[in-house]
Amino acid sequence: MPIQYYIALASCLFCIGVAGVLIRRNAIIVFMCIELMLNAVNLLLVAFSKMHYANAVTSDAKTIVGTDAQLFVFFIMVVAAAEVSVGLAIIVMMYRNIHSVDINFLNRLKN
Amino acid sequence: MNNLVYLVPLFPLIGFLINGLFRKSLSKNAISIIGCGTILMSFIISVFLFFDVKANGGTVIDYFNFIDVTSFKIPFAFLVDQLSVIFLLIITGIGFLIHLYSTAYMHDEPDEHFGRYFAYLNLFVFSMLLLVLGANYVIMFIGWEGVGLCSYLLIGFWFKNNNYNHAAKKAFIMNRIGDLGFLLAIFWMLNKLDTATYAEVFDRASSSLSATDVTAITLLLFVGAIGKSAQIPLYTWLPDAMAGPTPVSALIHAATMVTAGIYMIARSNVLYSLSEVSSDVVAIVGLCTAILSATIALYQNDIKKVLAYSTVSQLGFMFLALGVGAYTTGVFHVMTHAFFKALMFLGAGSVIHAMGGEQDITKMGGLIKKLPITTWTFVIGVLAISGFPFTSGFVSKDEILLAVYAHSPVLFWFAAFAAILTAVYMFRLMFLVFFGGFRGSHEQEHHLHESPLAMTLPLIILAVLSLIGGFVQLPEIFGGHDYFNQFLAPVVPAVVHEGAGAAKAENYLLIGTIVGLLLIFVIARKLFAVKEFNASYKGFRKVLADKWYIDELYDAVIVKPLNSLAGFLKSVVEKSGIDGIVNGVGRFVNYSSRQLRLLQSGQVGNYILFMVLSIAVLFLAFWNQEIIVKFLQNIF
Amino acid sequence: MIALLLILIPLFSGLITFFIKGEKDAKSWSLFASVLTLAVVFAGVFNLFDTAQSSYDAAWLSALGARFSIGLDGMGKMLCLLNAIAFPIVFGAVYNNDYKKPASFYGLMLLMQTGLMGVFLSTDCLLFYFFWELALIPAYFLCSTWGGEKRIQVTFKFFIYTFVGSLLMLVGILYVYFKTPDHSFALQSFYNAKLSTGEENFAFWLFFLAFAIKMPIFPLHTWQPDTYEQSPTAVTMILSGVMVKMGLFAAIRWLVPVFPHAALYYSHFIIILSVTGMLYASLIAIRQDDIKRMIAYSSIAHIGLMCAAIFSSEETGMQGVMIQMFNHGINVIGLWIVAEAIETQLGTRKFSELGGLARKAPALAILLVVMALANIALPLTNAFVGEFLMFNGLFRYNVWIAAIAGISIILAAVYTLNMIQKIFYGNTSIATENAKDIGMGTKIMLIVLVVIVVVLGVYPQPMMQLTNDTVQSVLIKFHL
Repeated sequence: MPIQYYIALASCLFCIGVAGVLIRRNAIIVFMCIELMLNAVNLLLVAFSKMHYANAVTSDAKTIVGTDAQLFVFFIMVVAAAEVSVGLAIIVMMYRNIHSVDINFLNRLKN
Repeated sequence: MNNLVYLVPLFPLIGFLINGLFRKSLSKNAISIIGCGTILMSFIISVFLFFDVKANGGTVIDYFNFIDVTSFKIPFAFLVDQLSVIFLLIITGIGFLIHLYSTAYMHDEPDEHFGRYFAYLNLFVFSMLLLVLGANYVIMFIGWEGVGLCSYLLIGFWFKNNNYNHAAKKAFIMNRIGDLGFLLAIFWMLNKLDTATYAEVFDRASSSLSATDVTAITLLLFVGAIGKSAQIPLYTWLPDAMAGPTPVSALIHAATMVTAGIYMIARSNVLYSLSEVSSDVVAIVGLCTAILSATIALYQNDIKKVLAYSTVSQLGFMFLALGVGAYTTGVFHVMTHAFFKALMFLGAGSVIHAMGGEQDITKMGGLIKKLPITTWTFVIGVLAISGFPFTSGFVSKDEILLAVYAHSPVLFWFAAFAAILTAVYMFRLMFLVFFGGFRGSHEQEHHLHESPLAMTLPLIILAVLSLIGGFVQLPEIFGGHDYFNQFLAPVVPAVVHEGAGAAKAENYLLIGTIVGLLLIFVIARKLFAVKEFNASYKGFRKVLADKWYIDELYDAVIVKPLNSLAGFLKSVVEKSGIDGIVNGVGRFVNYSSRQLRLLQSGQVGNYILFMVLSIAVLFLAFWNQEIIVKFLQNIF
Repeated sequence: MIALLLILIPLFSGLITFFIKGEKDAKSWSLFASVLTLAVVFAGVFNLFDTAQSSYDAAWLSALGARFSIGLDGMGKMLCLLNAIAFPIVFGAVYNNDYKKPASFYGLMLLMQTGLMGVFLSTDCLLFYFFWELALIPAYFLCSTWGGEKRIQVTFKFFIYTFVGSLLMLVGILYVYFKTPDHSFALQSFYNAKLSTGEENFAFWLFFLAFAIKMPIFPLHTWQPDTYEQSPTAVTMILSGVMVKMGLFAAIRWLVPVFPHAALYYSHFIIILSVTGMLYASLIAIRQDDIKRMIAYSSIAHIGLMCAAIFSSEETGMQGVMIQMFNHGINVIGLWIVAEAIETQLGTRKFSELGGLARKAPALAILLVVMALANIALPLTNAFVGEFLMFNGLFRYNVWIAAIAGISIILAAVYTLNMIQKIFYGNTSIATENAKDIGMGTKIMLIVLVVIVVVLGVYPQPMMQLTNDTVQSVLIKFHL
């Protein structure tokens, strides 16, 4: 499959994520949208990794080109997992305090 | 003898330092002795110098380099020649008499002020000596400003009175205007000739200076002379300067300082002979001043003001003489004028002393009974200044008139008119003060007394000089020998009298003077030797009594506009204009940051929106970077 | 070695001062340190050591090509002398004043002296910039801690204003630095920098603005009267006596020789600006009612003349600026001492509330009159020679400009005599009713100043010989 398809898919996912973050006010949905963006990036990384590997292996059978991108993917997943755990905890605390998960209430920094 | 020259100004300087620093601890007698003694020493050395110069001619004595840059050198050097030695004698001689007079006149001042007075007076003599001794224009300028300073300090001597302070300030500032002209003239010389030393300037003047240069230099020098010697348009400070103690008026504002302008032009006679324009300007300004101030003097009621305007008028005569090329005659009139004007001022001082500070002549009269010596010496002064035959004033003024007649008959008639006015206001003054009946209060009449010897002795000496001082320059037809002109001849070219014609004119003048003076005497006696005197003037007389409203004119045209301009600059331009812009920049930064702060709404959504938009813009910029780079290159 | 000592003595003595507890000790220590500096300067001026020792050079930021190189030339000697004379006189004159936190006050003063010394000594541009800022920072703290009522606001303005100038200069320094053949900040490399006409004109303004703000030149002067008014007078004395000379000094050392063509190209504009400023400041001074503000404006007028004379590119003008830098420092410090004596004793600086002091304080009156006469450049006071030469230079440049600038001579007489009259003459006011004469310390310091005024007025030649080498070398650059 040509790389363009992956790029298009990843871009769509990313834009949906961005739009979600910008438009929605529910903290959990915002959170999910952030995950969506991360995963769009992950998808792109994996796709390029495969592409570079496919190009390199024709000339050198033992090549490891493109594996570092996969490493990044794992790294991102780990960070995302950590982020989710902290983020969800914050949302729970927020719900306990103000009985809402609307991010527009999170403007204490303003003043 | 020449190695003693530095002592001449040094003695007064020492006197100044001692009297100035120890004025509180010294007794009045000690101060008087130091004050007079130092001047007397200078006078004695000056007399020696006079004979030395007479025998051996002039010399320059170099001390050290005052200013030394690549393009020019200003040595601190003294020049002792015929011209400067004459001035030395006048300054130290009359200076000594006036110091002596002051010891009695100022005796009622407290110790401290007495010392201050003599310190200033000594400083004045020092500066004046520097002025005439300097061998270049810069040293002359040093003395020039120095005498201005002393004049300022002495006019404002009684500093409690703010009117006096204003007069002092006015004198200094008007002098400064002239000084600026003088300074520019020096720069012009240094620029064109790389020297300000008299001998070198005069040597190179005709070869290295263009006609414009000479005219500019001489006119600028004359601006300086106008300021110092109180000519139109800068004469108004001199009458106001009468706020100072009377001996000061005699020394500074009549006999010496105000004649500095004459000295300067006589010294620069080589330059003035090269420029006809400048000479004409000098003559015309002098003549106009002579007439204008004589008309004002006609209706003044303050004894010192009359004498002040008379001084301005006589200075005008001197400038007239210089302007028509009769330099020696101008200098000669300086000398005779110093005698009789110092005499009259000191006489006026004696009168004021006797009247307990009263200066209004409408309140005097008949003082001859109580003040015989003052009266008779004053009468001699009046006769001399009016040009009574064979007094010193007659000789000098006659010469001026003759020289003017030779130059231009029109100018002569104007000058003669001014000379007649002189006689009129002087006789008026004399009769109002000394003859007729006493018009003051009873207490004043009781207080009247002749002054002590320290005051009358200078009067007598000056009276004798006023009478016989003219004989050194008696015209040949009266059996004289032109000693004065011959003495000055090496420095200042003498006027050549044309044999028979001059003698004839001289005779006419003699007869005219006698007849005119008798006429004026009779009329003035009738008008002014009276018991009651009405001093309220109307119409044109009031214009004269109010001095042609020149002071008011200056005030309205120069002082007030300048003051309001300064106020406008201070409160509008500076505050709201320049500082407003500076503060405006600060306020703009403050304001815009306050506005920008609103962007930080605290809404996470907004922040993300900006983030996304910025990323989008950056992407666009990245894709179009070539266009942007080209655009930027076009700008810079 | 001497040059290094001149920086190290005030630096270390200043740092030590911060740890001194007693007020008396802090005072005497700083006075002692400043006198020590003066002694070293004298040694430098009179060449008591061989000339090889008058400069010092060590590695500093070698990666950048900046070295710690300092040296004394004629102008440097003269200004170090002024700097070294100024501090003991200031310390002596305010000896009886009580400042809160005296240790910090005197420590900061000495640090300021360090910065000033460094500016006058450095022959490396980055080092020069470093000291330039170092002099500013203590000044900021001194004004904002010990100043008058509006000190915070005014000092802020002063700091921002001068700092903007400094930053422009920093940009200029880097700009020229990259154009130097050997990528170095050394003075010689700067002189040899290859700049096209456009580049030179651009960099000229970056430097000139910094110096013009410091001097200050009309219309960049508005920080000055406020700052002089609000600062503690001891600091004002240094600010106007020594610190404004930084601007003039820098123009002569770092501006004109580095950008000679641009300097010549813009000289007409700058001279007209300076002369306008002279008349403008003189006129404003006439209407001032506050003694400190009047002195401030008078100072602006005098600095304007000096700036004009620098750009007249004439030997006489340049020589005049040299001695006038020194003389103006001496004279203006004298005037400030008088202002301080009046303010501390009577609690007012308003002319309208003063009067008749001549009878109450005759010694003060006489000393002030001498200083005031020096301020209006009366002959036989020091300022006459300087102004004479500067006007001469201006006259050679252009007759009409000199004539117009000359009007300020008259105006100077007007405002100075106004001051004398309103403070000392006339009748006493409520404020001056019970005035006493000045204390011994102030009197001695003023007498020292008066002696300098008269001696240099009568015999200015030594001072002119001292700075002659700088004048000649700058002029050679100017007329290249």
